[in-house]
Amino acid sequence: MSEGEMARLMEEVEEKKKLIATIRNKPWRMKRRLTHLKEAQQFVDKFEGALGKGKGRKWYAYKVMMTKKWIKFQRDFENFRTACIPWERKIKEVESHFGSSVASYFIFLRWMYGMNLVLFGFTFGLVVIPEVLMGLPYGSIPRKTVPRAEQATAQDYSVLMDFNGYCKYSVLFYGFYNNQRTIGLLKFRLPLSYLMVGIGTFGYSLMVVIRTMAKNADVGGGDGDEGEFTFAWKMFTSWDYLIGNSETADNKYASITTSFKESIVDEQENQKDENIHLRRFLRLLANVLITCSLGGSGYLIYFVVKRSQEFASRDDLSWYEKNELEIIMSLLGLVCPPLFETIAELEDYHPRIALKWQLGRIFALFLGNLYTFLFALFDEVNTKLEEEESIKNASIWAMKEYYANYTRLLNDTESTPPPMDPSDVIRGPCWETAVGVEFVKLTVSDIQVSYLTILIGDFARAVIVRFLNYCWCWDLEAGFPSYGEFDISGNVLGLVFNQGMIWMGAFYAPGLVGINVLRLLSSMYYQCWAVMATNVPHERVFKASKSNNFYMGLLLLILFLSLLPVVYTIMTLPPSFDCGPFSGKPKMFDVIMETIELDLPAFLGTLFSYAANPGLIIPAVLLMVLAIYYLNSVSEAYQNSNMELKKKMQMARDEEKNRRNNTDSTNQVMKDLEDLLPNRSLAPPAPPEPGQFTPQQLCSYVKCL
Amino acid sequence: MGNKQTIFTDEQLDAYQVRHLQLHGRYHELAPHLVPMDYTKDPDCKLPLALIVNMPELKENPFRNRIVESFSEDGMGNLSFNEFVDMFSVLSEMAPRELKAIYAFKIYDFNVDNYLCKEDLEKTLNKLTKEELTPEEVELVCQKAIEEADLDGDNKLSFADFENMITRAPDFLR
Repeated sequence: MSEGEMARLMEEVEEKKKLIATIRNKPWRMKRRLTHLKEAQQFVDKFEGALGKGKGRKWYAYKVMMTKKWIKFQRDFENFRTACIPWERKIKEVESHFGSSVASYFIFLRWMYGMNLVLFGFTFGLVVIPEVLMGLPYGSIPRKTVPRAEQATAQDYSVLMDFNGYCKYSVLFYGFYNNQRTIGLLKFRLPLSYLMVGIGTFGYSLMVVIRTMAKNADVGGGDGDEGEFTFAWKMFTSWDYLIGNSETADNKYASITTSFKESIVDEQENQKDENIHLRRFLRLLANVLITCSLGGSGYLIYFVVKRSQEFASRDDLSWYEKNELEIIMSLLGLVCPPLFETIAELEDYHPRIALKWQLGRIFALFLGNLYTFLFALFDEVNTKLEEEESIKNASIWAMKEYYANYTRLLNDTESTPPPMDPSDVIRGPCWETAVGVEFVKLTVSDIQVSYLTILIGDFARAVIVRFLNYCWCWDLEAGFPSYGEFDISGNVLGLVFNQGMIWMGAFYAPGLVGINVLRLLSSMYYQCWAVMATNVPHERVFKASKSNNFYMGLLLLILFLSLLPVVYTIMTLPPSFDCGPFSGKPKMFDVIMETIELDLPAFLGTLFSYAANPGLIIPAVLLMVLAIYYLNSVSEAYQNSNMELKKKMQMARDEEKNRRNNTDSTNQVMKDLEDLLPNRSLAPPAPPEPGQFTPQQLCSYVKCL
Repeated sequence: MGNKQTIFTDEQLDAYQVRHLQLHGRYHELAPHLVPMDYTKDPDCKLPLALIVNMPELKENPFRNRIVESFSEDGMGNLSFNEFVDMFSVLSEMAPRELKAIYAFKIYDFNVDNYLCKEDLEKTLNKLTKEELTPEEVELVCQKAIEEADLDGDNKLSFADFENMITRAPDFLR
């Protein structure tokens, strides 16, 4: 065979091979496919032999098999990973009955649980376990022992509930940890680890929150494309073809119906238009009322805090007076949100926007509460610090007295007296443990209040409505009080503030993170059950905003606000002299200095001292600011060009439509231009010039960006 | 291992390149007395619609009738084994997007006129929501869907319109 013929033959063989590879993609009937396939394969067999590549087929088959196996392995791994996501079925069930906004709360809860689990792992693994395994046991040194005076009541239930007694002198709180520089065989540096874990908690949380925000912004960023085909996509792509279970199918039908209703509501909202002035006046009125109530609640808390400071000096307190602060704060948290919601009915916003306003107002309320609480706590800390001075002197004095007594009794000045029994040593007030105790108490009371609210507000209400309906004058189910709706905003904010308290308190009470993990776990099951059993879907079902960035933004804000007090105390307040891993040092972060001096090689020390030079730090900060500015302007430019391209695509599409229908151009600019022409001819508008882009070209252009 | 030789010849197996034997097992158990065990001579037997839509994979699907009809050569839903294999290979995850788009269009085209007109959409919607929406809502949704996807302005969706819309959809694969 000649060269030309060989080349042509090879080409044909390649073509047939390609056909064999892609024959699956062709929408032919099976018979046609089979006949073509047989033809192609016979051709390839005949001529490949002639071209001397007889082995090619076996290798090809082997390659195909390996590719298939690899794809299957990847698919199985993905399935396994998806199956490992906890509570997925539960959340899907809730979603199919209540819509995506209620489900978004549970997804948020699950995400928080994951983050807290990681924080718990850090704290437990790097701080608690080393102290328990390699540190000194309970009762060996003063900070680990219940003082003699309290030992009688240390096991009482009421004392334990208050987190005093044995609870206070356990790994749960800061005061238990010893300040030995290294412990155990491994020379584990506990104080350094404690400080690093404390700071690392914030670092990790910040990283995770920002990463989730970026991911959400990415997904929700295609806003133009999203709005384009809402109804068409819903209709053709919402059914899950893999459903084989009839109950799942029922749920899916319910969720599809709900989702259509959501879109219909959205659509109708866009088409409403009303009296603007009345609306504005009502909105102004509502805002004024709400500001008044916020101011009122702030003043109430201030008043109660002042009273509790008076109470602190008295001793004969009733139960109410002891817990007045916590009770008032919880009551405010319960009463104000429904009040805000009722006032917000004046405003008549789209449900999604109304939800955002509601969240913002409750946020302001909780923030006021939290910071007032913090100020009260701060006052207490300062008092304790003053106390410490006097006690320090007193304890040294007592030690000297003890030794003096001992030598006097034994008349022997040479042997060293045994150390004082740990429970007899005079103890300092240990403000860090006190702060930790306050946070743990607040968290626990928060948990109790929220569970009780669900039990009474939802469950008892549902039971009463259900059973009293038979013998009541008016229809309880349709009118007042009827079944409750799931309060998304209240719950989300509760979760966010709870997390803020955990972040604040975790440094002083390492066990707090563990308590929170348990709380989130039980909360998931409890609330899922409560929602399915006692709540009804909202009357107006609306879609949660695709990007959950609003919740994440709140979380980020709370993260910064809770970082501030902790960093302030680490930097400025002196640690207690006799409890905790930093006792004896002038400032807590001195641990780092110590480690750099003693553990790291000498040149690193000098390196750090150069790096801490302000002359280096200020330019670095300036550089970062400039980088942020630059990235900001670049992203703005990209967004602008995106908008331009989208507009062009829309225009091109409209022109296409109208060209086919032979009507006037719908583009207002073109219409105006035409009007300006001297003789307005009746000829149809000219087809688009060759210079313009076709829709396909525009698509590919946008994709490149 | 031994059964392979008696059901299909080697060439037939190679030609199909799919998980052939399992599919044959499923096909067979739908109607054991109708389906022969020996396919080496390409027998011609078809299973009726009613048997196929009772398969667990299709039982809960609201479009099961349309799916089977669009793969059958006579349009009535009777599938020979070849068509059966075809159906499952298109529905499988390994089928490419364009192929799925073509068959999806056929499935949703209830009156088989190669266009998705308003009645087709209404039927699709009612099957999806089990007729829970009011007639006004159905009307609104179908109207909006046509508005969104129709490019050539003829008030119904041709295949080009449908493909343009569906290839952008984020969760069109299942």
